Amino acid sequence: MEGSESWDLILTPQRSFFDINLKDIWRYRDLLWLFVRRDFVSFYKQTILGPLWFFIQPLFTTVIYTFVFGGLASIPTDGIKSPAVFYMAGITLWNYFADCITKTSTVFKDNTNIFGKVYFPRIVMPLSLIVSNLIRFGVQMLLFLVTMGFFYWIRGDHSFYFTAYVLLFPLVVLLMALQGLGLGMIVSAMTTRYRDLAFLVLFGVQLLMYATTVIYPLSSIIQKFGGKHVWLVRTIEYNPMTAVIETFRIGFLGHGTFSWGMLAYSTTVTFIILILGVLTFNKVERSFVDTI
Amino acid sequence: MSVAIKVENLSKAYQLGEFGTGTVSRDIERWFARVRGKDDPFLKIGETNDRAVKGGSDVVWSLKDINLEIKQGDAVGIIGRNGAGKSTFLKILSRVTAPTTGSVKARGRIASLLEVGTGFHPELTGKENIYLNGAILGMRKKEIDRKMDQIVDFSGVERYLDTPVKRYSSGMYVRLAFAVAAHLDSEILIVDEVLAVGDAEFQAKCLGKMKDVSSTQGRTVLFVSHNMAAIQKLCNSGLLLNKGQIVVDGPIRKALDVYMNDGGRGSAEYLFDADKLQSDLAFVTRVRVEDLEGRLLSEIPIGRPWRVRMSIRVNEAIRGMVVGLGMINNLEVPVRTSWNLPRDFQPGNYTVTFEEQHVVFSSGRYRLLAGLSVKGQSIQYLDDNMFVSFSDVIENMNGSVVKSDNGVILNQMKMFVEEDI
Repeated sequence: MEGSESWDLILTPQRSFFDINLKDIWRYRDLLWLFVRRDFVSFYKQTILGPLWFFIQPLFTTVIYTFVFGGLASIPTDGIKSPAVFYMAGITLWNYFADCITKTSTVFKDNTNIFGKVYFPRIVMPLSLIVSNLIRFGVQMLLFLVTMGFFYWIRGDHSFYFTAYVLLFPLVVLLMALQGLGLGMIVSAMTTRYRDLAFLVLFGVQLLMYATTVIYPLSSIIQKFGGKHVWLVRTIEYNPMTAVIETFRIGFLGHGTFSWGMLAYSTTVTFIILILGVLTFNKVERSFVDTI
Repeated sequence: MSVAIKVENLSKAYQLGEFGTGTVSRDIERWFARVRGKDDPFLKIGETNDRAVKGGSDVVWSLKDINLEIKQGDAVGIIGRNGAGKSTFLKILSRVTAPTTGSVKARGRIASLLEVGTGFHPELTGKENIYLNGAILGMRKKEIDRKMDQIVDFSGVERYLDTPVKRYSSGMYVRLAFAVAAHLDSEILIVDEVLAVGDAEFQAKCLGKMKDVSSTQGRTVLFVSHNMAAIQKLCNSGLLLNKGQIVVDGPIRKALDVYMNDGGRGSAEYLFDADKLQSDLAFVTRVRVEDLEGRLLSEIPIGRPWRVRMSIRVNEAIRGMVVGLGMINNLEVPVRTSWNLPRDFQPGNYTVTFEEQHVVFSSGRYRLLAGLSVKGQSIQYLDDNMFVSFSDVIENMNGSVVKSDNGVILNQMKMFVEEDI
């Protein structure tokens, strides 16, 4: 006789949408950390310059932006005299966000061999990407602070300064991470079936940068287009990343367009994206091994 | 004895072909049907996974209506031809893929070894990979710390622990990978054909470890392998799958017997399509298993002399061709290979005879292989379900043979008894 039906594991075809097994994920937390370590170490070991690359990309990009957007195109920088500081702020943040999306979007494709052979909560992989990108972000934040210091003390530019909003920094980072995670998961879930989407992502992220206030301040958009092309202003304002970047800039540089309303809106949208991402990811996770 | 795994009405369907532009519309159709509460219009009933037949629909049932119970502590050998559904079954149990219908229920943790070295990263050292691989397989870091010494000891690569794995030889790689997996600590362990790794010594070690895991540690083990000898040693229970369905679910001996004797419809003459091979230098057209009077024998009584006659057509003049005949027993052990000394052949038809008058093999079915080669280069290698079978009937042995399956060879040695003075 069977006795009580107490099973530890039950596998069935359907699973409710909201089944996120947090206990499972917690059990695999060592694995998450090991993945982060693996990504970091393998990156380090495979390049000559190693972690120096973390500095080179933002530096170069800042220089180019300063020249092209600040110098050539004369796009305003919200009243900050050293445009490099302005651009680097946007770049540092945007790098993290873009990395989160692009790396998460290929997580299934890049790891088919592991996923096809062993079980672990699939979400551990995108989570590990978010965390390992944080390390890179941390390094680039240091670079940013150093650059700020350089322009402040050595170049004597006092047009920027910290404000109390700097305390919102953790929230800013969290919002970025979750948006990147959510969008990345949606894309990666869809690319298991429709591969062209992967190309769209790279392209899309680039476009998205121009639709966010990375290389120009929101204030100048409102000023220039507020009258005739309000739809443009609204589009940019409705972009959840806009609030993130503006909040960051007002915190660290004292110049930005901030409103609690915008921040609240951004937070709400972030959570919606996250939930959507987790749902689609879950739905696809169990069957993607068959379709990829 | 409690039930460790209970499988009810388990089925798995796979979609064949490309997933290109057709599937967006299909997905919408499917979703729409599901929303309306109707069946998925694309899962047709009845197609089984027979690779030789191109089916009508492009959905294939890799597993169909599997119902079984595995008791705790069982060591189950899952056998079957390629394509029978063994790996799919294991994948579902391992949560790598989901069932299409039905359910699987289990008590205890399931740890799977479907491939050695899953997740190994070439740039990381051996030690780092032990942690990574162990964690992927489900171990906690503390657990790995505790077992590190045992794992390293088992693998035998202690000297190289701090070297990146990309520098390891393939043997070392595999030993390390298996060592990690061998120390998994779960109630249910699933192993898929991974014992065919490493050299003979290591394979024996792995087998020993698996035996230890299932008998002394009392864990439930599910084991897929083509190595019938290993399966027999390790398992007490057998599951024979064919085309996605259960053929035998019972003692291992029974499953093995049915598997081995599948297809033995008593043929003794094998014909080969000459038209397909017209372009070859030489090829075998017919193989007959008969006694010395030329009678076709699908089952040879023990003690009767027998021979294999091959008809060969030679298309071009060949110098130094060797004709060979191999016999392999039901545990996939090669028993004997015979061949002639290299001989020149002019174009024409030939009959090559391999005669056995002395050695008496034990009863059972042996697979025959035929081969033609010149200077070590193979012209034809024929492994096409040809068999010679020896029955239980004992003939002409003067009472020297009593049991038909008493060992591999039944002949007696020449023996003397002398009283010491």
